[in-house]
Amino acid sequence: MITGVYPGLVYDLVIVSALLWLAFRILAEVKLFKAIVLFIAFGLLVALAWVRLAAPDIALAEAAIGAGITGALLLDAAGHMRGRAAPYPVTDPESGAESVGTKRPDESATAGGGMQ
Amino acid sequence: MKAVDALPKSPLGVRVVAGGVCVAFGALLIQATLAIPEGETGLAPLVAERLPESGVTNAVTACLLNFRGYDTLLEIAVLVLAAVGVMAVGGSHASAWKPLARQADPILSALTRLLAPVMVLVAGYLLWAGEHAPGGAFQAGSLIGAAGVLLTLSGYGRPAWVSHLALRAVIAVGFIVFVAIALGGMMVGGAFLEYPREHAKTLMLLLETWLTVSIGAILVSLFFASATPIDERTELMETDRG
Repeated sequence: MITGVYPGLVYDLVIVSALLWLAFRILAEVKLFKAIVLFIAFGLLVALAWVRLAAPDIALAEAAIGAGITGALLLDAAGHMRGRAAPYPVTDPESGAESVGTKRPDESATAGGGMQ
Repeated sequence: MKAVDALPKSPLGVRVVAGGVCVAFGALLIQATLAIPEGETGLAPLVAERLPESGVTNAVTACLLNFRGYDTLLEIAVLVLAAVGVMAVGGSHASAWKPLARQADPILSALTRLLAPVMVLVAGYLLWAGEHAPGGAFQAGSLIGAAGVLLTLSGYGRPAWVSHLALRAVIAVGFIVFVAIALGGMMVGGAFLEYPREHAKTLMLLLETWLTVSIGAILVSLFFASATPIDERTELMETDRG
């Protein structure tokens, strides 16, 4: 059960709260690139959490695969998706207008006032 | 903003329900975690007792490659299947390892030339350390994979002396060696995946070495297949910087 105050408690609390906050930010972020960068940061913090749980093997794997390679793959996937039209309706955050995303990205960029 | 670089926001009601389900599930997880009794539980005492028989002194390595070798065999099989699948749908450059970047940034190239050998060295260390400390084939392999990704991003392509066939062979070799060792144990009278006691350490090291090479190649090949040329990548970063 909960053992009360111990050395490193503050450190653990910081990791846990940062993880929860980052997890929320990743899910709430609408921009894929930012969400991926947050995901990589999340992976590195999860690795720290594994170290605190005395599981250095999993920490190594998490840092290398979870944060590193998955992050690189996700960035690539986002890069691939960028050139294509959205398969679902996308709301323009500025005008509020919905489009089904059949336009070419370069046309929509000028029509929507450019990307922010 | 119509291209898929941002996700659509769901209606408020959906978000409230999803949030509620997440909070309830989180509470369940916390309760389950607190219910775990403290101290030595599960199979840890059994593993500690049998550790001298495994050929290694690191309990995690002993579990992964000896006690529960079957799981690891299936894991590497899944990785090989993933690489094959990605190559099948990835088109022409899936296994090609073409340089993605123009050889543009001399600082990045120079840094990569320094870093890549160090990463291979650290991978070798992790592989060797796995016998008695945290480390082993998966960690070492993912470092090799990361070195490959870094090389690709910095504009270094596949060296001419590495043929496509060689790359595919390296992807498969870890699984093949694993199956060979597993069957070899049967040949000398043991069970499937049972190592002869006196050769356990040698066999596990041999196996881990080939697994490391294979895992590295698999992870890099996953990356090539989906890789975006560097020009699009920088564009992506610039447009998202707002």
